[in-house]
Amino acid sequence: MSGHSTYKPTTGLGKFMDERLPIVRLVHDSFVSFPVPRNLNNWYTFGGILMIMLVSQIITGIVIAMHYTPEATMAFDSVHLLRRDVSYGNTLQVWHAVGASMFFVAVYIHIFRGLYYGSYKAPREVLWILGVVIYLLMMATAFMGYVLPWGQMSYWGAQVITSFFSAIPLVGETVREYLLGGYAVGNATLNRFFSLHYLLPFMIAGIVILHVWTLHVTGQTNPTGVEVKSKQDVIPFTPYATVKDAFAMVVFMIIMCYFVFYMPDYLGHADNYIKADPLTTPAHIVPEWYFLPFYAVLRAVDFNIGIPFTDIVLIDSKLGGVLAMFGAIAVLFFVPWLDTSDVKSANYRPTYKIFFWIFAINAVFLGYLGSRPAEGIWIPLMKASTFWYFLHFIVIMPLLGWFEKPLPRPASITDAVLSKASSGGASQIDGAAAEPQSKG
Amino acid sequence: MKTVFKKFTTMISAAVMASGLALLGTSAASAAGYPLEKPREQDWTFSGPFGYYDKAQLQRGLKVYVEVCAACHSMNLLSYRNLGDLGYTDAQIKNFAAEYEVTDGPNDDGEMFERPAMPTDRFVGPYANDKEAAAANNGALPPDFTLLAKARAPERGFPTFIFDIFTMYAENGADYIYSLLTGYQDAPEGVDVGELYYNPYFAAGNALAMANPLSEDLVEFDDGTASTVEQQAKDITAFMMWAADPNLPQRKQRGFIVILFLVIFAGLLYFTKKKVWSDVAH
Ligand code: HEC
Ligand code: HEM
Repeated sequence: MSGHSTYKPTTGLGKFMDERLPIVRLVHDSFVSFPVPRNLNNWYTFGGILMIMLVSQIITGIVIAMHYTPEATMAFDSVHLLRRDVSYGNTLQVWHAVGASMFFVAVYIHIFRGLYYGSYKAPREVLWILGVVIYLLMMATAFMGYVLPWGQMSYWGAQVITSFFSAIPLVGETVREYLLGGYAVGNATLNRFFSLHYLLPFMIAGIVILHVWTLHVTGQTNPTGVEVKSKQDVIPFTPYATVKDAFAMVVFMIIMCYFVFYMPDYLGHADNYIKADPLTTPAHIVPEWYFLPFYAVLRAVDFNIGIPFTDIVLIDSKLGGVLAMFGAIAVLFFVPWLDTSDVKSANYRPTYKIFFWIFAINAVFLGYLGSRPAEGIWIPLMKASTFWYFLHFIVIMPLLGWFEKPLPRPASITDAVLSKASSGGASQIDGAAAEPQSKG
Repeated sequence: MKTVFKKFTTMISAAVMASGLALLGTSAASAAGYPLEKPREQDWTFSGPFGYYDKAQLQRGLKVYVEVCAACHSMNLLSYRNLGDLGYTDAQIKNFAAEYEVTDGPNDDGEMFERPAMPTDRFVGPYANDKEAAAANNGALPPDFTLLAKARAPERGFPTFIFDIFTMYAENGADYIYSLLTGYQDAPEGVDVGELYYNPYFAAGNALAMANPLSEDLVEFDDGTASTVEQQAKDITAFMMWAADPNLPQRKQRGFIVILFLVIFAGLLYFTKKKVWSDVAH
């Protein structure tokens, strides 16, 4: 989309369309001739993997929705009859459920790739923000989807998560009632969640188009963090990135299939094999694994915040927890400005690199804490881990930009590649690679 | 290319680790440390990549169910026709179903009537509804059996839950039920369980409302298998696993073919990629 188009229609129909609706040109410029840095590593394949996952969720979702009954007394049975009696029903239903988890595996890797290579820095702030919007929509979609099978964890998870909204001062209860369609989770809730769960993936698809559009305006980053400077630095998307992404997708698919066919329940919760029962609370209500870090943040705030030495409470613990949890996501929107360093790649930021890995380990640990009950030793650990999460973004990121001494960066991508190749010795160098290899 | 491969291995392990987080969720700490004892792991025909159901075992399990457990436990999602999976003929299934009565109607006179069950009918349960079931059992509801083998999964703990990915351990529910059925003991000194029955394998406490349902020679197996408590427990558990996951063997066979295809496809793509990239230093 950026730069000038190299597409040349060859057939009569091609020329006719190109002058009226140049859609083939659009595809050609976006996925064939689009120049990508020649040194992208495999962490850059996850965007493509995410696209495939989105399509896969939409297709399986549409088919299983044909067998689903969004009604509180029938939803649970309808899902299980689909699994038992419909041909390929088992595979489709599990594919959709495991697919949601794998979608999050991919998106977390994608986000951490961005944090490592400084993908959010100018001029890619909008690209990053659209990504965070996608992530938010994914979470909403996944949460509502999880309610649909109407198992015990579906029901009680919905109960807990919708209660967050009642923490909002003044209007909270009203907001919650609108969300639930009543005073408690029930049939009305199930109906509106089904409707929204069907809607949101298409909104995600819309934002993905914007996400990729901005990407094609700014171009991709690369492991050196040095922007593209010459034709030498880039190669055409097809065949290079196409074949590389295809390979990565198939490897990802193998891992996914391992879970789908051999361990379909590993990523889920056994309690969801029990039909929702409003009168029996499960011993422990836990969200799906991909929400666990935020669940730990929520429960880390178990104290009221008020004016010292008085009894005046400004923010009670419930609202505090909810604010912290939403804050943990909201802070991502500000990352492009919290990071004050103009060096993009962590490869040339020795201190940031260390803190990046500490942050990553802390995030996984926060997930572990999310699965623990809020009692005993776990509470102070949740607090410490939450504290570090925010400290990283709000204090460490800005300070490092000012105090860290970055390593010398290569003059260009080609320079970096060539010095690697000559120290490695083996591969030959070919500047002509910048020319598209295949024509049409 | 070697480094690419190495990078992929790291990425795969990253993905696996991330998904490993899942079981943390799956297995949030059980209340106050129940069950007291972890389930004892058993050998099952349905474990592993080539898992299958042993029809003779399922038939024995059905017998235990019908003669013992069906007095209290329903199997609501199962139809009589499903018994074809166990190796019974259509005629056998028809006769089996006909032993039960179902309410049908209304007929042309507008009245409901009783008729013998047909293969397409769902399993007839022992009670009219959950309220009656609980009332008949001192307030404790005997859970429906259809999905029970998948509805119990005591916490595996760190780091076992990570190894489980690689050992393909997915028989937690079956191990649990087997351990529970063979785990009844006298309550230790000083522990008062009231009206309940002590069992350290029970997930929700140290005792449950169900008395030990099994005993030596309680059921006579048609194939001459010795009817020990362990045998009965194993067979009913396998039967329950089948009920909860009747498509398991087909699922695993399908998975084998799909993954085999993908691995070959990935291999081809790998060499294509190598060829395509051979003229670019990167
Ligand atoms: C006399 C009625 C009765 C019979 C017969 C009976 N059960 Fe139960 N069963 C119950 C009740 C009641 C419960 C609920 C116990 C509780 O929640 O404390 C129960 C619970 C269970 C549970 C669930 C334990 C848990 O983790 O919640 C299993 C498994 C089980 N029974 C298996 C069996 C098997 C297998 C048989 C046949 C061999 C059987 N039962 C026969 C009454 C019975
Ligand atoms: C449905 C979910 C998503 C899809 C389909 C998607 C798709 C893509 C694609 C195809 C690319 C280019 C290939 C790549 O670099 O991997 C990309 C790049 C990018 N994505 Fe996403 N993405 C998604 C979610 C997100 C999220 C949640 C974030 C961040 C919060 C994000 C941030 C970025 C950034 C910053 C880039 C540019 C990378 C760079 O050039 O360094 N994306 N995305």
